[in-house]
Amino acid sequence: MVFERPEFPTLVDNIAEELSVIRYGYRGTGFADWKDRDLPQTPAFCTSLLRDMIRIREIEEEIERRYHQDQMKTPIHLVIGQEAASVGFCSALTRDDLLYSGHRTHGAYLAKGGDLRAMLCEMHCRINGCAGSRGGSMHLIDKSVGMAGTSAIVGGAVPISAGAALALKMKGSDRLAAVFLGDAATEEGVVAETLNFAALKRLPLVFLCENNFYSVQSPLFTRQPVRDIHKWAASHGVESVQVDGMNVLDVHDATAAAVERARHGGGATFIEAIVYRYRAHGGAGDDSKTGYRSLEEVREWERVDPVTTYGEFLKERRLVSEDDVAQMHAESRREVGEAFEFALASPEPTEKDLYTHVYSD
Amino acid sequence: MPWDEGLVNSLVYEGPDPSEGRVLGYVKAVNEALALAMEHDPSVFVLGQGVDDPSAMFGTTRGLQERFGNDRVFDTPVAEESMTGVCTGAAMNGMRPVYMHNRPDFILLAFNQLVTHASKFHFMDNGQTNVPMVIWAAIGRGWGSGAQHSQAIQGLLLGVPGLRIVMPSTPADAKGLLLSAIADNNPVLVFEHRWLMKKDGIVPEGFYQVPLGKGAYRRRGRDITIVGASHAIELARQAAEQLEQEGIDAEVIDLRTLKPLDEAIIEESVSKTGRLLVVDTGWQSGGVCAEIGCLAAEKWWHLLKAPVRRIGLPDIPTPAGFALEQFYYPGVDRMKSVIRSMLDG
Repeated sequence: MVFERPEFPTLVDNIAEELSVIRYGYRGTGFADWKDRDLPQTPAFCTSLLRDMIRIREIEEEIERRYHQDQMKTPIHLVIGQEAASVGFCSALTRDDLLYSGHRTHGAYLAKGGDLRAMLCEMHCRINGCAGSRGGSMHLIDKSVGMAGTSAIVGGAVPISAGAALALKMKGSDRLAAVFLGDAATEEGVVAETLNFAALKRLPLVFLCENNFYSVQSPLFTRQPVRDIHKWAASHGVESVQVDGMNVLDVHDATAAAVERARHGGGATFIEAIVYRYRAHGGAGDDSKTGYRSLEEVREWERVDPVTTYGEFLKERRLVSEDDVAQMHAESRREVGEAFEFALASPEPTEKDLYTHVYSD
Repeated sequence: MPWDEGLVNSLVYEGPDPSEGRVLGYVKAVNEALALAMEHDPSVFVLGQGVDDPSAMFGTTRGLQERFGNDRVFDTPVAEESMTGVCTGAAMNGMRPVYMHNRPDFILLAFNQLVTHASKFHFMDNGQTNVPMVIWAAIGRGWGSGAQHSQAIQGLLLGVPGLRIVMPSTPADAKGLLLSAIADNNPVLVFEHRWLMKKDGIVPEGFYQVPLGKGAYRRRGRDITIVGASHAIELARQAAEQLEQEGIDAEVIDLRTLKPLDEAIIEESVSKTGRLLVVDTGWQSGGVCAEIGCLAAEKWWHLLKAPVRRIGLPDIPTPAGFALEQFYYPGVDRMKSVIRSMLDG
C-alpha cells in the first residue's frame, strides 16, 4: 500500500471541488483473507476483541458528547476510527508488558486494561485520576496495567520505550516493551535514532506506527516523500511489516508474531498499521470542513469501519449474534455512564497536592 | 578531547600533604566512584561515546568494561537525544544509567528528553515511577575549544524543576558527589571541569557520599563572601589567598551542587561579611550568578553593606583564538580587582 502524491493541486479556487477528492483511500481487503483461515486463540478471545473495540468506541463517543460541557478541562485526542489498532496491538501483549504511547492515549490505555474510572477522573482533573490530575488525557499513565509512560511531544516516548526494553533485557526478564507512534513521529530524528539502537541491541520492543495520513491538518505528502514508512523503518535493521490497521485480526496477528520474536531474543519489530481518524486531531467533532481533507475521504473509511466490519465478520462466522453486539453496546454505555458519575463525584486535588512528587526521595 | 591534553597537563596545582591521607588524582577519583557504584549496585551501568575506547573518557572509565563486562559498560551510537531517552526509560524501570559525554555542548542535543521528559515523569505520573539517572560531562576551556566545545550550560538548566545539578571542585568531592548522584532517585547532571582534571587531592578510601545540597567553606574570612562552584571556586580560592597579603580576608564557599542550592551557608556567611561576590564558569546573565544575586536582593538585603557583584562569562560566545580567550575568561587578577573595589566603597 504505497500512497502516492495526489495529482490535484493543493490550492484551488473551487473548495467544493477539492473537498470531493479522496486523497488517501482505503486499499485493504477487509476480512476476505480471513474467510478460510484459523482464527487466533479461542472464539471467546475473538469475541473479546469486538467487545473491547465497541467499549472504546462507546467511551470515546460519550467523551465527545460531553466535551462541550467543559467539565473535562483537558485536551482530548479521540481514537475513533483507530480502535482496531489499539485493541489488535494490546491484545497480543500481557498486562506486565510495558506500553508507551504518544498523545493519543485513550485507546491504548483502555486496550491495555486501564481502569475507565481512573481515566475519566484524570480527564476531569480529580485527585483519584490515574495520574492524580498531573497528566490529563495525554498522560494516562498507570503502572498497575503496564501503561508505563506517554509523551505529548511527537516521538518523545519512543526512545523511552527502548530504554524500558533495554532494562528488561539487562534484567533477563521475559517481558517486553511496546510503543504506539504516529506517521509524523517517523519524521522526528529521535525515532530514527531509536530504530538504530533497537536493531543494534536486539531489544525486546514492538513499535506500532499508526499511519493515519495526517499530522494535525498536515497531510503526509507535504511531510514525507512517496515511500512506505515500514520500508524506511526496515532500512534501520529492524523487522518491519505493514498491515491493514482497520482489521483487528491483521493487527493482532502481526503483533503476536512480533511479540513471539521479541520474547525469544529475535529483537525489535516495526509494524506500520494503515488507519484513519474520523475526528479532528484534537477536540470533539470532525474538522474536515476546514478543507484539509475531504468529507468523501472520511466517508470512505467509515464504510470500512473497524468495529462494524469485524462485527459483521464474527456474525458471518456465527461467533456472535445481532443481539450479542447490541448487548455489548448497551453494557459499554451503562459502564461509561456510571464512570462519568463516579468521576464527577470525585474530589478535586488541593493546593498541597501540587507540591508532591517533584523530586523522588 | 585529545587536543587539550597538553594544556590540561600544563596546569600545575599544588599537591596536598600526603601525611593527611591518601593522595589521588581527580580522574582516578571519578574512576573509583564509578567502579564502587557498579560494585555496590548491579543496576548501575555506564554508557557514552567512547567510554570503552583507549582514551576512556579522560581516563574516568578506564578498566570498567574489563571488570564489569560490555553489557554494563558500553559505547553508544552518536545519538544524544535518543540515548538520553533510553536512559530515562531504563531508569524508570529499575536501572541506574550513568551517561557520559565529553562536553556539555552535546547535552544540548538532548534537551527534549532531559527537560521535557526525564525531569517530568515522576511528577506527571504522580510518583508512580522515578528516574534515577546521571548525565556526566566535562566543561572545556582553552586551546581552541571555542564556541561549541566550551559551553558551561548549568545556567540553562537551573530553572528546570525535577533536575539536580552537581559541580565538584576537588577530587574528594568528585568521588563523593558522583556516588551520591548515582544513588539519588532523580535525574542528576554532573558537570566536571576539564581544567580540574589534573588536580590531586586527599581522597578517602572506599564508599562514601558527599550529600547533594550542602556547600562547604574552602576558606574562612570576615570581609567578603565569594560563592560559586567547580573551576570558578578554584580561581576564587587563589584570589583570596593572594589578597591576604593586602589585608583582605575573604571567605570562599564551594556550593558543590547548584540544584538543590545551599542557601543556608550563603546566608550564614553574608550575615557575617555583608558582601557577596558570585562566581561561575557559565554566562553571568540569567544563570547561576543572576539567580544567587536575586536571592541576595530578595532575602539578604538587610545584611548587605555593598551591592552584590558577579563574575561569570560575558554575553558573548566563546572565541576559539588564544588572544581573544584572554579577554573572554575571567582570571585571578580580574577577580582580585573586583574584590578590592567591593571593599573600597
